[in-house]
Amino acid sequence: MNYNERLSGNEAIAFAMKQIDPDVMAAFPITPSTEIPQYFAQYVANGEVNTEFVPVESEHSSMSACIGAEAAGARAITATSSAGLALMYEMMYVAASCRLPITLACVNRALSGPININNDHSDSMGIRDAGWIQIYAENNQEAYDNFLQAMPIGESPEVRLPVMICQDGFITSHALENIVLLDTDSVKQFVGEYHPEHYLLKKANPLAVGPYDLGCHYMEHKVQQAEAMKHAKARILEVAKQFEALTGRKYGLFEEYQMEDAEVAVLLIGSSAGTAKAAVDQLRKAGVKAGLIKIRVFRPFPAEELAQALAHVKVLAILDKAESFSANGGPLFSEVRGALYDLKHRPRTVGYVYGLGGRDITPEHFKDIYARLTDIANGGELGPVYTHLGQRG
Amino acid sequence: MEERTYHFKKTLEKKERFVGGHRLCAGCGAGIAVRGVLRALKEEDRAVIGNATGCLEVSSFLYPYTAYEDSYIHTAFECAGSTMSGVEAAYNALKRKGKVQGEVKFITFGGDGGTYDIGFQSLSGAMERGHDLTYVCYDNEAYMNTGIQRSSSTPRFAKATTSPVGTVIPGKTQNKKNLTDIIAAHNVPYVAQTTFIGNFRDLYTKAKKAIYTPGPSFLNVMSPCPRGWEYPTEKLPEICKLAVETCVWPLFEVIDGVWHLSYEPKQKRPVEEYLRMQGRFRHMFKPGNEWMIEAVQQNVDENWEKLLNRCKQ
Repeated sequence: MNYNERLSGNEAIAFAMKQIDPDVMAAFPITPSTEIPQYFAQYVANGEVNTEFVPVESEHSSMSACIGAEAAGARAITATSSAGLALMYEMMYVAASCRLPITLACVNRALSGPININNDHSDSMGIRDAGWIQIYAENNQEAYDNFLQAMPIGESPEVRLPVMICQDGFITSHALENIVLLDTDSVKQFVGEYHPEHYLLKKANPLAVGPYDLGCHYMEHKVQQAEAMKHAKARILEVAKQFEALTGRKYGLFEEYQMEDAEVAVLLIGSSAGTAKAAVDQLRKAGVKAGLIKIRVFRPFPAEELAQALAHVKVLAILDKAESFSANGGPLFSEVRGALYDLKHRPRTVGYVYGLGGRDITPEHFKDIYARLTDIANGGELGPVYTHLGQRG
Repeated sequence: MEERTYHFKKTLEKKERFVGGHRLCAGCGAGIAVRGVLRALKEEDRAVIGNATGCLEVSSFLYPYTAYEDSYIHTAFECAGSTMSGVEAAYNALKRKGKVQGEVKFITFGGDGGTYDIGFQSLSGAMERGHDLTYVCYDNEAYMNTGIQRSSSTPRFAKATTSPVGTVIPGKTQNKKNLTDIIAAHNVPYVAQTTFIGNFRDLYTKAKKAIYTPGPSFLNVMSPCPRGWEYPTEKLPEICKLAVETCVWPLFEVIDGVWHLSYEPKQKRPVEEYLRMQGRFRHMFKPGNEWMIEAVQQNVDENWEKLLNRCKQ
């Protein structure tokens, strides 16, 4: 039932969408996610899917149309990047608060300005607190696999939250890789049908969506949302188990690479993990106890699990592919550090902001980082904890 | 274009789909527009009602109470058009898959702020894509929900809190945007302009055509606001009547691109009579400001002539 195919990350996502055959797709072009609605529009034009494709006039409208469609009882999807996601900002909160499990394929790209079309995570990191589940991929296979798991996670009655499936613009979205695909019947069976309990088009019981909440109800609704995000963690792991049973491919909240006895470790998100693994392999051969943690799920944030996985590490570097202009490090740095605070023996931490606007990171960069971590572990100075990596001058 | 079979009493006897208990002000046009439009639905048909953020929304769906008997969705200020596009797309998909039965109509309401201004793009997109929905603008000529700020629908010289009457600037300096024309230029099957006149035949028949014409349709309903326009609540019908009799707010339809005048006053009344009833134009009646009234009259005359010519073609 599995078969190999050479697909770009965008093709892989579009193919997953085709296999799922959702009810509604609303989308607007933006580099580098544009290909996804392009491929999908061709599936529609060829009658290969039974989906209503709504080619909206902006990303604000694509998210609004997805909200309308999902509230009406349909399974709705979209894809976007960068400024497109930023334009959706307001509606992302509405989607999450209406508890509508929309699926969004995010192809991560730098935010303007200056305008730049290459990869970093400033778009999805900027929207991290909107109430969406965020799952990141290292490569094309993971992008495909994560997309297939999105609906079983988001649509689950105890979760009912929208899900963003993120991959790195161009690095995975436009690069071809050999990946393993599931046959469409297996996908359909795994993803299942969408059966919401309440929806606008339900004949038996009309529904009103999107009220004006006074102070006496708003906080209760927000707490329910927060609880749903807590429930999402268990559901993500449950779905990962089911996915593993089907495919043999194992997923968690994050991936641990050579972490068992690691003394120095790097923690990051996305495609740079592949480069970091190459560096870890070389360092391990040289006797360095180097390890890597690759975050897969950023929302909900796996704080307790990370603390446990990092308890034995002496020095940790946390790499953000996004600036948050806090003058104190990126968002991942802040959250991971916070997660470690209650450990009895917590690792020392340094933060790097790297890869902005598509700036490359190489195995040599990682080796330099690990060398610094080793020096700190051996009693060297910690030095500045918030620095940038890979820039000139 | 009046419907011969219209029976005022029978129409009023239909079950209300927008019920009491909402928190709109006395003398507000928004609630009248919604009741009037929804009355045009066939009783056996279901509907999904949409709403841009605004007075209507915050007054008619305060959690946990809704004033709508039908399903209802509000998302944000600027996207009533695209939100309902999504609902309609879902209906098409689910109907095709046999998951939804029966006829469902899609009607969405926005004020002039949410329609002429911030929601203009999303409305234009919905009209262009051809969704089978009706967009109703309840036009009260300013951002009333946030406290009477000027919109592109506010008429020239009107006082608003962001176009105040000062010692140098006499209220709003620009003329009202002609949105009905702009939507007609989208070449959608049905566009009409109406307000609350007499036995509501005009509103009812236009709403019925808008809702039951396949494809996108647009209704622009002048809906006075007693707070923003500054009139005693009971004067609403009189103001609407004068808006029509002065040709400030002409009644017309554009059906498949053909313009039809719904009503031609036997004798066009001077705009002064319409302006005089509203506090927002009070400064225009001060000695030395006669030119303002003349300017408004000239603008109304020009627009009226243009409309007459279009309807003759």
